[in-house]
Amino acid sequence: MNDLIKLVEAENAARRAELPEFSAGDTLNVHVRIREGNKERIQVFQGTVIQRRNSGAGETFTVRKISNGVGVERIFPLLSPNIDKIEVLRKGRVRRARLFYLRGKHGRAAKVKEAKKK
Amino acid sequence: MSGIIGKKIGMTSLYNADGTAVPCTLIEAGPCVVTQVKTVEKEGYSAIQLGYGEKKEKHTSRPLLGHFKKAGTTPKKKLVEFKSFEQSLELGAVITTELFVEGDFVDAIGTSKGKGFQGVVKRHGFGGVGGQTHGQHNRGRHPGSIGACSFPSRVFKGLRMAGRTGGNRVKVQNLQVLKVYAEKNLIVVSGSVPGAKNSYVILEK
Repeated sequence: MNDLIKLVEAENAARRAELPEFSAGDTLNVHVRIREGNKERIQVFQGTVIQRRNSGAGETFTVRKISNGVGVERIFPLLSPNIDKIEVLRKGRVRRARLFYLRGKHGRAAKVKEAKKK
Repeated sequence: MSGIIGKKIGMTSLYNADGTAVPCTLIEAGPCVVTQVKTVEKEGYSAIQLGYGEKKEKHTSRPLLGHFKKAGTTPKKKLVEFKSFEQSLELGAVITTELFVEGDFVDAIGTSKGKGFQGVVKRHGFGGVGGQTHGQHNRGRHPGSIGACSFPSRVFKGLRMAGRTGGNRVKVQNLQVLKVYAEKNLIVVSGSVPGAKNSYVILEK
């Protein structure tokens, strides 16, 4: 990547440092700022990360959860100011970077095993 | 209309205060040198010629070398003429990114990427045939009829058809300047700018 692009994207460095490390398979609480008129409130989206995509300013991650028996996936831009904070609840033991196979599974089969603590 | 010559670096995105991601283009612009001041008395119209980018002396023709010598600069790669420049400038004056302030609206001119020989769907935005049934099997992206029959017995001039696409001079208006890095000669504008990376871009204000 060009040095000048890096220079512009370096402005995100502080924002990136605030966020915890996580990868596919982890269970997260994503605190999202929601603006309704003038009011602002925070909504928590809890689910499993099924992918992290792109790099630099355009990096996004996808969180999947089962809500009322329906699979819901939400894609967040990693550096979006609308993300108040991210909590890592659980590290998952997975063998690939994209967990799209979870989409076809239900119940216990759709569960990611917890990573063994070192 | 003031302006500056630059080079397209690439694209990234920035976040607004309200959290929307704004795509933006990085342009390394200037410093540009005034290589000629044209006047009504001498050339019949007034304009300013700017030069951008360093070039080796051995790759410059003798007449051009003299042209640059007159302005007191090193040989430049790209020369562009600007009519009705807002400031009055002397020969040899230097224009930098200081011309632009964050929040300004600028126009960007570039040469669009060449696409080669393209059909009418890509070239002129035709809709194509719009289906595979009703007897169609090999004409999904064809232009359809290009005219009537024995009258006028010819195809009208200027009818949009397939052909070479792209590689034209394209101007994009009203791009907002999001950031200016004066020490790096870098300008960040919102949206996209015609042309490939490392191609010349003219920014006008």
